[in-house]
Amino acid sequence: MARENWERNHDPVGIWNGRGKAALIARGHSPTDRRWDGETLEKSLGAYMMIAVQNALDDAGITVDDVDGIIGSAGGQPNGAPLSDVWGPRDYFDPPYDSEDGLTHVTGQWLRQQMGFKNIKYINNHGDPIWNLIGQAAQAIADGRAETVVVTYPNGNLPGRYHQDPSNEARGGAVWPNTWGWGLSGQGFTFNQYCQKYGTNHDRMAPFVVQERKNGLLWEHSYYAQHEPGEFTEEDYLNGRMIARDLSIFDCDRPVLAAAAYVMTTAEKAKDMKQTPVYIWDHTESLFSPRSLVQTIDDTEEWTDIQAQRSYNGSGITADDIDVFAPYDGFAVFTQYYIEAWGWRGVKRGESHDFYAGDISLKGPNPLNSGGGNMGTGRMRTVFITDPLEQLQNRAGERQITGRAEIAVSHGVLPITAGTVVMSTNPG
Amino acid sequence: MARPIVPVPDPVSQPFWDACNEGKLIVQYCSICDRRQYPPEATCRDCGFDFHLSWQETSGRAKIVGYSITYDSRLVQWHPLQPFLNVIVALEEDPVINFHTNLIDDFGTNLTEEPDIPIGATCEVQFVEAAPGRMIPEWKIVK
Ligand SMILES: [Zn+2]
Repeated sequence: MARENWERNHDPVGIWNGRGKAALIARGHSPTDRRWDGETLEKSLGAYMMIAVQNALDDAGITVDDVDGIIGSAGGQPNGAPLSDVWGPRDYFDPPYDSEDGLTHVTGQWLRQQMGFKNIKYINNHGDPIWNLIGQAAQAIADGRAETVVVTYPNGNLPGRYHQDPSNEARGGAVWPNTWGWGLSGQGFTFNQYCQKYGTNHDRMAPFVVQERKNGLLWEHSYYAQHEPGEFTEEDYLNGRMIARDLSIFDCDRPVLAAAAYVMTTAEKAKDMKQTPVYIWDHTESLFSPRSLVQTIDDTEEWTDIQAQRSYNGSGITADDIDVFAPYDGFAVFTQYYIEAWGWRGVKRGESHDFYAGDISLKGPNPLNSGGGNMGTGRMRTVFITDPLEQLQNRAGERQITGRAEIAVSHGVLPITAGTVVMSTNPG
Repeated sequence: MARPIVPVPDPVSQPFWDACNEGKLIVQYCSICDRRQYPPEATCRDCGFDFHLSWQETSGRAKIVGYSITYDSRLVQWHPLQPFLNVIVALEEDPVINFHTNLIDDFGTNLTEEPDIPIGATCEVQFVEAAPGRMIPEWKIVK
């Protein structure tokens, strides 16, 4: 994946000179389904992306004519392989569904044509994942490349098992893991090292994952809220089928079909829009490589420390300032690395499982991932933007936290490749 | 015994696999950065250049760093062996450098219980035929 020069990834990054210039205003979501059936065009990723964009525009109180930038993830499936590479080739349909664009991925060009955007002067489909897209949009606005941007995030899933690889040969980079059958085992391995290092165990994840599901059930766009609203208990978690040692099915996010869109604009134009502006104070990114083949706990702690300090350096905030904290959880066994790197609520290395055993409830003092994360919503990733936005706009409804909600930090995706966004109710 | 997935060398990795066929475990070495590099890449990860990159033979001796067990792999060819063992070993003379192994003695055994694998145990490399003419490194605990 090409890393573009808009990223803030060289230390010390210093306070972002775009601080307060870009404001996140509105969000829009499509329905959330488990999969697309490959036939029903009104439920294709393109159709869902258009629904989400229209909902975001309506939420902001603007029309397509007010938008001059589209920044998105065209892939339809973050992290490399587009769905079309996995499931294609296929028979196509009449325009506009006569190629993969609109079915399994959605470009800004496709959206411009279908939705009649006339004033677009900046399109970029190369970003990924959502934190980086928000950062990229904020930078584009701060740099004057566009004034009002729609950020698009289509996330697809098709019939069949997810990311299964039937090959009996390994090529390129896949040689080094696949020859020895190394797959998701890596997530469990690093987590096992964490447990060994700090004297804890996988069962102690249960309160966290259960709380995330509770929070997610209160978010109307969550896969679980829409399709599986039943209670999820600690016993359910502890009985989860194991995928690898120290990694159960309930640590893995459920792949879903969903699209989300966001409206971001200049601080000036934000004043005329329908929702309260939430200002982007900072965005920082990083891309690391393991010291050797396998990512170890030492790699993981070093990288997350670097990114947390980068984010603090870029935003000027401290851990005490963070009211809404949304560290990524897909896989759930990652989240403790982030909590500890940022030191949220004073949690130090090795203390997250004690923190989970305390009060992390939505209405308590430590409402971790108040949107529910991917564990509570499915593999959408967009709750990591929508929930902090709604919390800071004081319109999170039943999920609204009880304490102060002025500064939010959202962080993802993996320890090895990261983006962090700091948002505030104040221009700063 | 044959392996479910066989590595296909490319120009960067060819020397590594050729050495495996000769019973040697080699890794890249950057003389400017004074660091070993595995897996092999076209350039040194630290300095970004290839000028100072050469191949260096290792002792093949390593220590167990940790292990995982795979119950449900995304690699379909491995499914018949589930649950199977994934072990990480680190090179004795340079513990930063780590490798995958399935441990020779446990390969293909469809684990029925969690194995007793002492972290830090010394092991030595051996080469097994993943497919005709394609040797891969595996490790064996030194008793
Ligand atoms: Zn070098």
